[in-house]
Amino acid sequence: MTELRGYKELPIGAVPFRLSTDYKTGDWRALRPVVDNNKCVKCMLCWIFCPDMAIIWDGEQIKVNYDYCKGCGICAHECPVKAIDMVPEPSE
Amino acid sequence: MAQQTLPQIPIKKGEPAYKLWIFEPGWKGELPLILNPRQLAEQKRAAILPGHRLCAGCAAPIIVKLASFAFRGPTIVVNATGCLEVATTIFPYTSWAVPWIHNAFENAAATASGVESAIKAFKKTERLPWDHVDVVVFGGDGGTFDIGLQSLSGAAERGHDFLYILYDNEAYMNTGIQRSGGTPKYAWTTTSPVGSVLPGKTQHKKPIADIMVAHRIPYVATATPAHWLDLMKKVRKGIEVNGPAFIHALSSCDRGWRHDTALAIEVSRRAVDTCYFPLWEWTPEKGYMLTDRSLSIARNPKLKQPIERFLEVQGRFKHLLRPENRHLLKDLQEWVDKVWEDLLNRAVNAPR
Repeated sequence: MTELRGYKELPIGAVPFRLSTDYKTGDWRALRPVVDNNKCVKCMLCWIFCPDMAIIWDGEQIKVNYDYCKGCGICAHECPVKAIDMVPEPSE
Repeated sequence: MAQQTLPQIPIKKGEPAYKLWIFEPGWKGELPLILNPRQLAEQKRAAILPGHRLCAGCAAPIIVKLASFAFRGPTIVVNATGCLEVATTIFPYTSWAVPWIHNAFENAAATASGVESAIKAFKKTERLPWDHVDVVVFGGDGGTFDIGLQSLSGAAERGHDFLYILYDNEAYMNTGIQRSGGTPKYAWTTTSPVGSVLPGKTQHKKPIADIMVAHRIPYVATATPAHWLDLMKKVRKGIEVNGPAFIHALSSCDRGWRHDTALAIEVSRRAVDTCYFPLWEWTPEKGYMLTDRSLSIARNPKLKQPIERFLEVQGRFKHLLRPENRHLLKDLQEWVDKVWEDLLNRAVNAPR
């Protein structure tokens, strides 16, 4: 404690001002969803049920945004054709 | 009125998929309610952004996401304290792509009344640059069943135009799974432990949606994220009615309910299949109307499953499936049947 900070130096309080997209939650994951786009029937149920908005539909294919996916496995469980596999994350 | 899509560019290759909801002043029209999943994925963006720190497999962001697909334009979200508020806005990050205001447990509906009154005042003095601004409240079960009931009741009585969405995870999950008014009978929580003395919570769940029906507000409904089309339609109806609307959405919590994270949607589906959580809507003109899966069950009672189907996947009801606790299971089944029969007698579209 060298010097007390005045109110002008303090960060903005009470107002969250940065988007949480800067905060990557992908490292919470133990299992990684892998989409088999040959099996996929594009029913979009994974996109609808994903709690982390980590499934991306680019107009042709279902992709997973591994920056945010927490690996809950809802997509794999709800997929009607079982096109999503949950595989263990490679250990580093 | 001309229908418009979100004033955002649809995803093209290489473009970021996450955007804020920005409505230019003077923006007119209504966002369409899209029920085709492919079109939904191409045209709609959720009001909640990724990077929130809710647990893996939490159903609350799914409810928020589905509700936001049914928003009809500029919307202000009021959020009572709870898991959703705590985990989506950890300083300095926010996960909300729409204007958002936090308040304490007990005054979510009071804050929404204030926001709605301000909007009305702005409209009167022609300072509001949009046709309509909707107010949507997200409250947990602690903030609705127990602590926030007085403000909700007051706001409903005063007739403010807002939609209250209750995401009910059936205990105070945020602070460590303490029992609430929404916890079902015989459920394990840390303050209603299971052992040789107690078989879990000894009281039944509070019928919150029926309490709101008793206020005779324009729209009351129950929904689950598993029946997503139903949920989206109900949210849109709730926003469109002039006056308070209330939606009770069951939101599974994998930490508190002690089930696998992948089963979040499956558990909600089973709750409806066993008639533990029937889907219905209520309007003053029509009365109770069963919807979606519950209507199918009413028409074909063979589809109704025993309550074990709902309990077997959850660790908080593990003790009910032991042979010495058969009488508790029977008691719970009888209560579920009684509530379901009662609803069938009241529902106007149930077969007689």
